[in-house]
Amino acid sequence: MTLPQETDILVIGAGPAGLAAATILAKTARVLVVDREATAGGIPRHCGHYPFGMREFHRLMKGPDYARALVERAVQAGVTIATRVNVVQLEPGPLVTVTSDAGLSEIRAKIVLIATGVRESSRAQRLIGGEKPGGIIPTGALQGLVYLEGRRPFRRPVILGTELVSFSAIMTCLHAGIRPVAMIEPNAEATARWPAALYPRLKGIPLHLSTSIRAIEGRERVERVIVDGPTGMQAIETDGVIVTGKFRPEATLFDGSHLEKDPKTGGPVVDNFGRCSDPAYFAAGNLLRPVETAGWSWSEGVAVARSIEAGLTGKLPAPATQPVTLKGDALSWVVPQRISVPSDGAHQRFQLRVNRKVKGRISARVGGVEYASLSIDTRPERRISLPLPPTAQPVEIVLEAK
Amino acid sequence: MPNDDLPASGRFDVAIIGAGVVGCALARRFALAGAKVAVIEKAVDILDGASKGNSAILHTGFDAPVGSLEQACVAAGYQEYLEIHGRLGLPLIKSGALVIAWSEEEEALLPSLMEQAHQNGVTDVEPLGERAMRQLEPGLGNGARAAFRVPREYLIDPWSAPFAYLLQAVENGARIIRGAEVTGGERDSDGWTLQTTRGKVAARLVVNAAGLWGDLLDEKLIGGRDFHMKPRKGQFVVYDKPASKLASHILLPVPNKITKGVVVCRTAFGNLLVGPTAEDQDDREHALLVPETLEALKKRGEEILPALKDHQVTAIYAGLRPATEFKDYCIKAHDRSYITVGGIRSTGLSAALGIAQHVLKLAELQFNPPVDPVWPTVSNISEYFPRDWQREGHGGIVCHCEMATKREILAALDGPLPARSLAGLKRRTRVTMGRCQGFFCSAELAQLTDGHFDRPMAEKAQ
Repeated sequence: MTLPQETDILVIGAGPAGLAAATILAKTARVLVVDREATAGGIPRHCGHYPFGMREFHRLMKGPDYARALVERAVQAGVTIATRVNVVQLEPGPLVTVTSDAGLSEIRAKIVLIATGVRESSRAQRLIGGEKPGGIIPTGALQGLVYLEGRRPFRRPVILGTELVSFSAIMTCLHAGIRPVAMIEPNAEATARWPAALYPRLKGIPLHLSTSIRAIEGRERVERVIVDGPTGMQAIETDGVIVTGKFRPEATLFDGSHLEKDPKTGGPVVDNFGRCSDPAYFAAGNLLRPVETAGWSWSEGVAVARSIEAGLTGKLPAPATQPVTLKGDALSWVVPQRISVPSDGAHQRFQLRVNRKVKGRISARVGGVEYASLSIDTRPERRISLPLPPTAQPVEIVLEAK
Repeated sequence: MPNDDLPASGRFDVAIIGAGVVGCALARRFALAGAKVAVIEKAVDILDGASKGNSAILHTGFDAPVGSLEQACVAAGYQEYLEIHGRLGLPLIKSGALVIAWSEEEEALLPSLMEQAHQNGVTDVEPLGERAMRQLEPGLGNGARAAFRVPREYLIDPWSAPFAYLLQAVENGARIIRGAEVTGGERDSDGWTLQTTRGKVAARLVVNAAGLWGDLLDEKLIGGRDFHMKPRKGQFVVYDKPASKLASHILLPVPNKITKGVVVCRTAFGNLLVGPTAEDQDDREHALLVPETLEALKKRGEEILPALKDHQVTAIYAGLRPATEFKDYCIKAHDRSYITVGGIRSTGLSAALGIAQHVLKLAELQFNPPVDPVWPTVSNISEYFPRDWQREGHGGIVCHCEMATKREILAALDGPLPARSLAGLKRRTRVTMGRCQGFFCSAELAQLTDGHFDRPMAEKAQ
């Protein structure tokens, strides 16, 4: 297809958040969604298992069916979707430069919504030692190979990590006749909630807690991993390593753009209307932070669409940039990071996470005065939320650990 | 399954053993001289040994030992790269280098290092006081005291360069035989008959460019060796592309007797690397990454450029330098039919073209050079020059982090020197080398590479 040079709304990323927003906005505006993959639908395209779709379609679906349904709904609403289009530059205007088979082109829009999702962090980012043979892949790659291509990259891998996605990796393996030989978790407890943590035991996969991978060995293909755990070092014979979780927003587009990034989330800085530091740009979904479910991202797409609609008709309050600061080193991030007038925005509450198992009390303060608090006994990757302040003022969120 | 041609009957003028950067440059030099060349590589693809992990710098040789063969080869190789890179389509990033003193003792050594540069013919070095140094590199950490600038130290693409050398050799008649390990050889009246795991290769001259295996190959073929391999491991940490904004020059430390020390520099691909370490080991095959060492490299990187602490690591790698007990290269014509090119340590990438000139002279053979040699052009994959994704008809981008297009990938799987492993494809196109390490593109790559690799990326499930 020939890409238009101009549209009302340009959405970057055809996953749950982007498609949800596009579907709503298409009622009142011209909406173009671009995605760099060959097929629209985002990550659920290659999550060939349940549970998806309860919020959106009120039924239990597998990822690929859910992704197709989202795309169908968007197309029926009048959204134009262009795949195999890579955005290469974001500029004020908004002016977006893309490349496709037709080469470079520019798209002007009244508003741009960025919803480019997340990726898992790699073996390199985790500085895991050893050699660099083939067969060390993230869950995303495993799912793509299994569900999109009907392939089996290995037969008896180890799985590093115990986040929700790590259990999705087990399901993906079992689906393809791959038999994981161990699940390895550096912390003393599994990250995902019960009952997910019981799943490997149920499937007879040994779960090694308080254990780290010291080295991956093998020249051409993985042959073994050396792990260090409560009983000392041991070698596990294996032919692959699935490096799961520790998600990072896929926010590369923000590097080298005029838009501000938050080093804590790794995603863009947004206000409670979902606006970036340039208010003609909005962001939603897992790009905002690591990591939430597809359903949650979809809800954020719906919510940010309302803010965008208000923006198109000039009904959004001017962006005030009251900062939100975190105090307490166990707090890893907060979204939104800026507060404009706190009424009826895309974000009705703060989302927070901690970076370690922690007990204590979190409070939200304006001008040194606490307006909300919460007792917590939580771990990384668990949802925490606090209300927004009553007025647009700088907010301090303080964690006092016990 | 792709196969290189099995050795044809008949005799080659030259058999080069090893398709690392040195072997590739040798093949080109002999082919352009008119020789009938065979290159024998034991791995399934080229650049699989020492040449797969280096710092990707084109050195002037300013700090090489004065009067050494290494210095002469680096200087000649540097010069030839400047002359040919444009015609082959190879990038040259004119970054310049700063040699930075981080202590009083190091500062005291700067004048003698500059004197050494002069003696090595690098006469445009300029001393920099702290202020001038910080004007050039405002991101430097507090400990930096003074420096001198070596304006003509440059960055290059460490894999496209040797690939282009070998490609030019092949386009001018050389034969590459991959997946063939030399298991023995016999002299005869007209040179050698080599036995390989893929058949016999006869040649008038054998050149041992076997890198990390050079001494053992000499033992096997000529029953003795002049040097012993002492592999020196170098670990590197590579940061994601935004970090490349933190430094413009190659940031070198004051070298000591053993190593050039930890370098911080951009790469041709728009990343920033920190490394290498220098760790002697006996193992020639395995270059292990060690988490504590990588952490220490990160820490050192953050001392040199404090802003690095806010940047993401995208890759880690370790290479083995084929060092020996001798400081200089070990290049020797044992007789008219056997030359050893050994001990080509960290400067191999810079020196390769110069080494090839030197070895051609040692060979004392006469050929008829092609009247109109072929000059192939390789596809640029350096971030600093126009890329395929900027032109139409690229078929879409497959690797989103490194912006590798379908057209580039299909081209690298085809042609006279096709990729035969994922590692080989990575070095030709950068696929999966970026921040996501295959999260997004593995499925499509598995499909595109079907039938091209010795071992498929992922088998088809039944």
